[in-house]
Amino acid sequence: MIEAKGLVKRFGAVTAVREVTFRAEDGRITGLLGPNGAGKSTTLRILSTVLQPTSGGAWIDEVSVADDPLETRKRIGVLPHGAGIYPHLTGRENIEYFGELHGLGRTERRRRAAELVSLLEMSEFADRSAKGYSQGERLKTALARALIHDPRNVLLDEPTNGLDVMAVRSLRSLLTGLRAEGRCILFSSHVMQEVAALCDDVVVIAAGTVVARGTPDELRGLAARSDLEDAFVQLVGSESSANDERIAGGERR
Amino acid sequence: MNPILTVMRKEVRESLRDRRSFFASILFGPVLVPAMFALIIALTMRHDIAQTDAPLEVAVSHFDRAPNLMARLSEHNVILIRTQLDDAGAREAVRTGRFKAVLLIPPAYGQQIRSGAPAPLRLYADSSDVSAQRDTSRVRLLLAQYGSTLARLRLMARGVDPLLLDAVAVEDVDVATPADRSLVVLGALTLLIVLTMLMAGLHLAIDATAGERERGSLEPLLTVPVRREQLVYGKLLAACAFMLLSLSLTISALAIVLHFAGLERLGMTVNLGPASVLASAACCAPLAPLGAAFMTIVAAYTRTYREAQTYVGLTLLVPTLPLMFVGIMGLKPTAWLMLIPSLGQHFLVTRILRAEPIPPLHLLLSFGMTLALGVLLMWVAGRLYRRESLLG
Repeated sequence: MIEAKGLVKRFGAVTAVREVTFRAEDGRITGLLGPNGAGKSTTLRILSTVLQPTSGGAWIDEVSVADDPLETRKRIGVLPHGAGIYPHLTGRENIEYFGELHGLGRTERRRRAAELVSLLEMSEFADRSAKGYSQGERLKTALARALIHDPRNVLLDEPTNGLDVMAVRSLRSLLTGLRAEGRCILFSSHVMQEVAALCDDVVVIAAGTVVARGTPDELRGLAARSDLEDAFVQLVGSESSANDERIAGGERR
Repeated sequence: MNPILTVMRKEVRESLRDRRSFFASILFGPVLVPAMFALIIALTMRHDIAQTDAPLEVAVSHFDRAPNLMARLSEHNVILIRTQLDDAGAREAVRTGRFKAVLLIPPAYGQQIRSGAPAPLRLYADSSDVSAQRDTSRVRLLLAQYGSTLARLRLMARGVDPLLLDAVAVEDVDVATPADRSLVVLGALTLLIVLTMLMAGLHLAIDATAGERERGSLEPLLTVPVRREQLVYGKLLAACAFMLLSLSLTISALAIVLHFAGLERLGMTVNLGPASVLASAACCAPLAPLGAAFMTIVAAYTRTYREAQTYVGLTLLVPTLPLMFVGIMGLKPTAWLMLIPSLGQHFLVTRILRAEPIPPLHLLLSFGMTLALGVLLMWVAGRLYRRESLLG
């Protein structure tokens, strides 16, 4: 379970995250939806302990992210935006290296890596130097690396960026599989269709502020639009008019 | 497994696989530096041995105005080339490199010689042309000798003892031992060793920050349950391992080259047996953590790998500064100077090559200070890895 309460993050004079509060439940896929520069990546970076919030707090399985980053990191698997891998190692070595950093023993990390290689259908390239990997192969490696320690919470920042249809499909089935195992999955995207197809809950962020929360259906109703994309534009575009009541009305909690 | 060792092992493995940068960082120094060194020594020796007695070419304008002088020069193995150059022509000929030296004999020469007044001679040479200096100074010496002989003959003709001209008799006593003299050649040695050692760690030092960031692997790395300092320490240790490997390879290769270079023929000896090779390497080793941490810190403040390469490349000059300073000031090793990293090592290695005893205090100060600074900078590098701006 991932929880954010009143997150604020400033970089000098720039406020990247103004007010972000939401909750991502176990066994559900929660989408963080917003235009470019809305503060999605910054929010995910705070949740993954890479950045410290200026104020507010975040909890992973009730562990405070700011107070106990090491414990937090054990509970999360993170796929950052544009995640890179080490080109001179093979895919499998990349995965096992992170297993070792997570404190897994040799046999344990070998076993887990083999599992992930077959789950993600990587056996064709997993033992080749990662230098010549395609975008999709790199993403699979980075994903397997994020899952090596069997985390209960999975954070993905724009995972479908630059992937072809086939790769997006296999990613989707992987995420639904992870959901079926009762994990908490939080992923960010600026693609409406993506979110509509996959998410149980959606958190809409614009200009560093959560402007709406709910299921895809609720959001459509909220903006009185049948199309989620229209609803999104409506919600994001009207954030300046400070229509707090309307947002509160659509809240699930 | 300690995460520091995990990181170190992975960095070493990855660097060994990256063949191009491995060759650049590890083999470049040990192969190229001794080769360069051997070449310089070989050229110096050829220069020294070959040129003292070699025939020397001088262009002479108006040869017939000074037949006796010409005969004298010919006796001393000077090949005289007859020309009819005027002042402008002589300048031009030297500047364009057609002749290294042109001797112009003015019309008044014969008259002045006969009347016992100073006879004018004009020697055109290019003092910025290093290769011509030896030749022109030889010509100058021969001319002076000729003048002095004439003067003595004149005194004798007037019944004056020519010894009156020698009011003092100076005798040069060179107290430099052969080992001292070789130090002139070997002065650059520590510099080269330190430079190649730093270069071996450069790639890894940059990779720890700018490299990881540019590849997009920094952020995932920061989400593993390992303290950020430990990640840096692992990378620094890997860099140190490569630097020490390069150090021992460079020094061994140099020892072999110097052994066969035949410095003795130049009247130089250098103490480079296996023991002194080991001692020299050991004296330079404390510089590894300091250098690795310093380069990592510099790289942490850059935005891209390319930028990091530029700035870290410039920091390679830093250890050369104290050496240049000492060279210019002609400083002798004192306890205080041993506290300066790279300078202390320079003095220690110099002492070892001279086979001189090393005061234990000097050894202690150099090792202690360099290592302490290294640990301090490693700590700073670890702190920097915790900054959020590291992500760029």
